[in-house]
This record gives sequence, C-alpha cells and structure tokens, in this order.
Amino acid sequence: MTRRRSDNSWHLVLLPAATLTVFFVIPFTIMLAVSFFQRIEGGFFEPAFVLSNYVRFLTPFFGKILATSVGLSATAATIVVAVAFPFAYVLSRMPRRRQTTILVFILSVLSLSEVIVGFAWSTLLSRTAGIGNLFHWVGIAESPRAYTPGLASLLLGLAYLAFPYAVLVIYPAVSRLDPELPEAARTSGASPLRAFTSVTLPIMRRTIAGALILVFVFTLGAYLLPQVLGRPRHWTLPVHITDQAIFQSNIPFAAAMAMFLLLVSLALVGLVLVVDSRRRGDQS
Amino acid sequence: MAVDDVNLEIPAGKLVCLLGPSGCGKTTLLRLIAGLEQATTGQIIVGGKDQAGLPAHRRDLGMVFQSLALFPHLNVAKNIAYPLQIRGVDHAACASRVDELLQLVRMPDAGDRRIHQLSGGQRQRVAIARALAINPALFLLDEPLSALDAKLREHMQVELRLLQKTLGITTIVVTHDQREAMTMADLVVVMDRGRVLQAAPPIEIYRSPANSFVAGFIGTSNLVRCRRTGVDEIEVLGRNYPAPPNSTRSTAGGRDAVLSVRPEDVALHTDPSDGELQGVVEFIRDLGSSVEFHVSAGGITLLSVAPPRGRPNVSIGQDVGITLHIARAALTDP
Repeated sequence: MTRRRSDNSWHLVLLPAATLTVFFVIPFTIMLAVSFFQRIEGGFFEPAFVLSNYVRFLTPFFGKILATSVGLSATAATIVVAVAFPFAYVLSRMPRRRQTTILVFILSVLSLSEVIVGFAWSTLLSRTAGIGNLFHWVGIAESPRAYTPGLASLLLGLAYLAFPYAVLVIYPAVSRLDPELPEAARTSGASPLRAFTSVTLPIMRRTIAGALILVFVFTLGAYLLPQVLGRPRHWTLPVHITDQAIFQSNIPFAAAMAMFLLLVSLALVGLVLVVDSRRRGDQS
Repeated sequence: MAVDDVNLEIPAGKLVCLLGPSGCGKTTLLRLIAGLEQATTGQIIVGGKDQAGLPAHRRDLGMVFQSLALFPHLNVAKNIAYPLQIRGVDHAACASRVDELLQLVRMPDAGDRRIHQLSGGQRQRVAIARALAINPALFLLDEPLSALDAKLREHMQVELRLLQKTLGITTIVVTHDQREAMTMADLVVVMDRGRVLQAAPPIEIYRSPANSFVAGFIGTSNLVRCRRTGVDEIEVLGRNYPAPPNSTRSTAGGRDAVLSVRPEDVALHTDPSDGELQGVVEFIRDLGSSVEFHVSAGGITLLSVAPPRGRPNVSIGQDVGITLHIARAALTDP
C-alpha cells in the first residue's frame, strides 16, 4: 500500500506546480527579462541586456520614494496590528453569537474595492461633506476643515483596508489561547496588564509577526490610496511604477522598479523571520 | 446561580476536597476563593482577612489549573520562578528557591527543559512547584489530575497528599472523582447544584451520608426505598428491621425514607431460608480482588460484594438468602 502511494504521489504535485508555473513563474520571468530590455523612445521596447533601468533607479529621488513606501507600510502595519490584536482578543472572549456577527461585518469590508474605500474616505474627510462639519457642529472645531489629502488620512485608509486581514490572522490564534494561561499569571501575582505583557503577548509573538508581515506586504502594493488620500510626496513606489508603465510607456523601467520592490519586501520579511528564529533559539 | 448559600470553614493546614458532579459549582467556588470571579453577596475570609475587593494577584495563594496552564514560552525553571519574579524577588534568591522546589517535586535536573518536552506527570509537578513557589497561605487545585491516566493519577494523589502533609499548607482541591477525595482529603465537601450537601471527614461521609445523593455519589451504595413504621423500626422490602443508628437526620414515623446499604454489608447465603430476605442471583462479576453479585429481590436489584476467600458458593440463577447488616447502613431522606 505504502509503495503504491509513493509511486503515485508525484501526480498530486502536478496541479499546484502547473498553477504556480502558469500564473507566477512565467509572468515573473517575463517581468524579470523585460527589466533588462531596452526602451525605444516614442515606441515600446526591444530585447536587450542593459542595466540602465536599474542604474536609473539608484538615485536619491527614487531612494526617497522607496523609503516613503517602506516607512508608510511599516507604520500602517504597526498601527493595524496594534489595534487588531486587542480587538481580536476581546472579540474571542465574547459570546459565540456576537463573535460571528462582528466577524461577518468585518469580513464584509473585504468585499469593498480599494477604489470605493479610497473615495469614500476622501469624501468623509473632505471640507464640504466630511466629518469636519460634524466637529464644527458639536463645537470641537472652530470651522469645518478638510482632513485629506495628508499622511494621516492616507494611513487611515491603508489601515482600514488591511484591518480585516489582520483580524483574520490574529483571531484564530487568540481564540485557541487557553484562557487559564493569563489566569495562571494573575494567581501568580501579575496584574491583568502584566499578565498580558508577560504571558499573552510572548505566546502570541509569532502570530503578531505574521500579521505584521501580511499587512506590510499588503500595503506595500497600494497604488491607488496614496493618490486619492495622500499628497504627491506620499506617493509610493507602486504609484511611480504605474506612472512609468501606463503614462510614460516605459515598461522596462517599471519592471525594474517592480523587481526592486519585490527584493526589498522579501529582504524585510526575511529579516523578521531571522530575528524571530534567533529569539526562539535564545529561549530554548 | 452557580453557587448559593455556601457556608464553609476550612481548617488551617488541612486538605479539603470540593466534590461533586460537573456543573455543581465546585469550580466556581474555588475561583471565588482565588479572586478570579466576584461574588454578588457574601464574604470570603482567609486567615482573618476579608478578601472582598482584593484582585486575584493581591491574594496570597498558589493555584494549579485544570489545563495546568504552564507558560509554553518559558522553560521549567522560569515557569517556577514566574511568581517570584513578578514579586520582585532578586535573582539569586529566585534561583535557590527554584532548586529547592525542583527537589521538592523530585525533578532536580529538569530546570532547563522546555514544557513541551515533559510528560504529563512531570508537567503536573512543575505546575505544583510553580503554585507553591511563594509559600502561599492557600494552595488551590482545580481538577489537577484529570489529564493523567488512571494509574498515574492514583500515584499522584498519594504524592500530592504526602507533599501537602509535609508542608502543612491549607489546601483546597476540586474534584469529581470520589476516590481522589477519599484518598487525599481531611474534609470532603459534597456539592450539588451550587449547594453544600455535606461537609465531613471522608469515612463519615461514607458511613453516614446526609442524603441519598451523597450516598450514591460516594462509593457504591444500595439505595433501598423504605418506610419508617415506628420510632425505632423501619420496613424494608416488606420486612421489619430496627432503625439503624445513623438515622438521626431522617424524619419521624410513617414517612418514606431511603436506606443506604453498602455492598459489603449485604451478605448472601446458599440456603434461601438462612437470610431475612430471599432473592435470585442475576449476575456475578469476579474482579479477582473482590466478587460482585447482582441479586434481584422484591423487585429491585441489590449489589453484594465479598472478598474472594469469603465468597459464597452461589451461581447465576440460584435462589439465595440475603442478610442486610442494618446496623451499618444509613437512613436518609429520599
């Protein structure tokens, strides 16, 4: 029986392998190749092997854009996880029915497209129709003002989009957490806050790292929200990639920038994993 | 209401078992004492000090949880040291206390091990060591042995009891296992539906249960409906007996009651005319160390237990005589 199973088992790999090849490996290889191609002024591009696309990227201008992108995503990831973790924790301790209702509501946010979310926030934060009017009416603000475009409104939009994903990653882990663990900390003399920081958080460290990575990578690809909710100086690398690819018709340069973005995000994710495994090594 | 009108005094230095079926409120009572739940009314006094308003982390106690709740991100030594570190005990004192505790639970070299590398019994010991780390005034255990297999559980019951006696620490154990309660406790508190039914030393509970629930829950018992026909007389299965001495709790003449007769107090005779009652053997369970007989008599089935050497020479289907040792039975409310 075991022999027959092992003889046939390679068939099982075929479908995922084919899917991966057709949808990821081939497009990625094409993009990698194109990033070395030569652009023709006023035309498209021709096959070649030039490094000029990468060299052009290595300028302070694009360096600053890269830093903006990474900084924005890292900030958004921190904010989202900082809110989503306590949220999921409290959620997992609610009665079952209420948990389901709230989860369904949160998941429904996923059905909204980035465009709708972007323009909805842009309207909501505007001077003419936004919450500024509400603040003015209540008496908090002197006069209604616009809260967009700006860094805060951009972060708000990104956080709003990524929040359900973070909850989806964190919720299963915290609902599996043995409620007796924090209680054991409390009967050992730890205040509720101390129990949370010394027991719950360390046990959930991997989950938190996972959620941070997910939100970071997710928001790193944002190209619409920075244009709708941010100022030009908040424009991220994907915005410029879109600009190069669509408006400047410079596909090779866009491909090179995309490769760069990919490498940077891979490097950062790798860094988080290395740090995490090293800390695990210290403890055991 | 999970716990209602509980009035208990727990003697210092003794081991008390809260015993009852699941949902009887025994765990809630323990959590109230630990400060993990808040009582709507009533007082909890430990060593003369009212615990009202004291959060769990300010109470002087150590607790072992049902899941043991060992911290998976810390090793054995750090788990045991946790209550000390939280209280700001310095590093050297902490380390020597951890060594002492590891000796106490007989795991002297296990300090560096991870929790997931330990067996069930070892985890149990680490949880006990952590709960005892600060020398608490009160040692609480919530179904501490329920995760262990039967054999190890029996062993740990003895070990835990010996440890408790050595330390002389006031201990409260929640359990649903009457054998565990009988093994370990100085005082057994039988609970049902949030109320205390009886609080007494184990053998007293066994010999004179307060009511038929306690009689049925502690050990095996024949619960036989009977009728009090006079001040000192009862009618059991159509025959009159003198009322057993353990009948003070029961009601006066002319009312129904339940007679609790332990299986070892039901004797069988090969000659049906020898006993006061007659019955037919329905089933024999020979367990080696003892033999159980199921005998049908007067429309009910009585259980009789005999040691293998004193085994009456009877077989299934045989008519037998039955003697009830009424003097050792208990008369309770139905």
